[in-house]
Amino acid sequence: MKNSIGREIPDFIPGLGKVTGFGGAFAYKPVGRTAGATLTTCLPRADKLLASIETAIDAVGLKDGMTISFHHHFRNGDRILNRVVEAIAKKGIRDITLSPSSLNTVNDALIPYIEQGVITAIETSGARGKMGRFLTEGHLKKPLHIRSHGGRAQAIESGAIHIDVAFLGAPACDRYGNINGIQGQSACGSLGYAIQDAAYADQVVAITDNLMPHPLFPISIPQTQVDYIVVVDSIGDPTGIASGALRYTKDPKELLIAKYAADVLDYSGYLQQDFSMQLGSGGASMAVGRFIKTKMLERGITGSFGVGGMTGVFAEMMEEGLFKMMFDVQSFDIPAIDSIKKNSNHLEMSASYYANPHNSGAIVNNLDAVILSATEVDVDFNVNVITDSNGVIMGASGGHCDTAAGAKLTIVVAPLLRGRLPMVKDAVQTVVTPGETVDAIVTERGIAINPKRLDIIDKVKHSGLPIMSIHELKDIAYKLCGKPEAIGLSDEIVGVVEYRDGTIIDVIRRPIL
Amino acid sequence: MSKLLKAAQAGTVESSDILISLMPAEAATGIQVELVSPTLQQYGKHIKNLIIETLVFHGIEDVQVYANDKGALDCTIKARVKTALERAGE
Repeated sequence: MKNSIGREIPDFIPGLGKVTGFGGAFAYKPVGRTAGATLTTCLPRADKLLASIETAIDAVGLKDGMTISFHHHFRNGDRILNRVVEAIAKKGIRDITLSPSSLNTVNDALIPYIEQGVITAIETSGARGKMGRFLTEGHLKKPLHIRSHGGRAQAIESGAIHIDVAFLGAPACDRYGNINGIQGQSACGSLGYAIQDAAYADQVVAITDNLMPHPLFPISIPQTQVDYIVVVDSIGDPTGIASGALRYTKDPKELLIAKYAADVLDYSGYLQQDFSMQLGSGGASMAVGRFIKTKMLERGITGSFGVGGMTGVFAEMMEEGLFKMMFDVQSFDIPAIDSIKKNSNHLEMSASYYANPHNSGAIVNNLDAVILSATEVDVDFNVNVITDSNGVIMGASGGHCDTAAGAKLTIVVAPLLRGRLPMVKDAVQTVVTPGETVDAIVTERGIAINPKRLDIIDKVKHSGLPIMSIHELKDIAYKLCGKPEAIGLSDEIVGVVEYRDGTIIDVIRRPIL
Repeated sequence: MSKLLKAAQAGTVESSDILISLMPAEAATGIQVELVSPTLQQYGKHIKNLIIETLVFHGIEDVQVYANDKGALDCTIKARVKTALERAGE
């Protein structure tokens, strides 16, 4: 069947069974009740502390075919995921479904365990590097299941993902299992992506290198959800967890794109007293912050709140009084981690609070504007952030489609060309975010407004900005590069891209390289 | 000139450039192009044809070409081929 954006999705996908095709950003109406963890009890004076990861695997009774989860807040400094899988492999357990909130290049080390059949399914936000290439070759029993951050929270709460055991890296953990992410040598800031895992997994193992006296403060994940605690030497490499301050780009092309994006935001009328926004973490999208800041200062306006993966750039604006508060699901750099530690108006939030479409209102619904990066976009305004132009998995869904759906104004920034490849195309390789939720595409050579946003088109008409139709924009790209020949694809589905509501928006077919 | 006097190259392996290396070939062996490119699938045929056309336009019949492309546009490719030819004919 073709889904509502014209992508060919089989009704039945080997390894996944019958699937529902995407029918529009808000078409799917959820039914049923939330899932939940199995009932348990913990007797007074019980000791949750176990000697090792191996002991914990025995204690939770991990078996073939179970689903285990992890958070990715340690990014490339993570020392938990690979180590737990290694221990599982040594015990001869197989057929594990791996359900981390995302994968980083440090997890390339998992490839042998996929080859050995220890891991046979992966559900996550995306994959990069060697792992991305490896998964594109189709080595899993089931296709790689890609979900957005909001979609993952939705799937955990609805029971579509049933986590048997969550192994959660805990920068600070007390002897009864209260956890936070802001104290200790492996502080990572917000633990937002671990909060649903802790609440919905049947069993939770906290792994820490910083065991503190009970009770610790503040508490991000409560003792009521943590079954076992393991102390190890190090849960993360601080240099991989967070870089120093993420700085604005100096690339003149990215700066021009950023300036145009800030101008579109301005002319569209959303840059007003008490506005709210999210900035993506790409070079150009982050740089938009600088131009917005200048405009805010010039006009003497202040914003209401910021959302997202947080950076020091945003923390600085908040500390200067330009925003009242920040909702942080993931702290990207050291200044952001410092800020969440010391600023009471820098709030940790769960992935569900951030972006889950099937609760009573995620914070993305309150966003005025979001600036997002893209790998490629097409004339229907669809956005790809997961595969490169050769169809190889090299990115992550993240909160892209969640924020695009929620915000009043969604601006996607991208260079018109990368090398010789056009980034505005007739059709993107893989759709992650549907065009109906994207309002403007901003490139260094022109800006296209979604034709259904007549209000914005009217407002930017006399702005002097290089406004043109998306087809004109694509034509400029094709004139420079030539029309790209389609890449060869096999029929084998190696990945499915799930929209935040649980329907399938696209599939990734193995490219013939 | 229908064949090269000596080997020559032009261009770099910087992003958006192409390194063109030309080597003299025996008469009647034709134009042989070996292309390495990140956009082989999308533009491989086109780039090879463009290199051959540019060489033919300059009267070359026999040459071995090694092209290491880093995403160059047509204008760059032509310019690099032309410069390599000038260097090969000195």
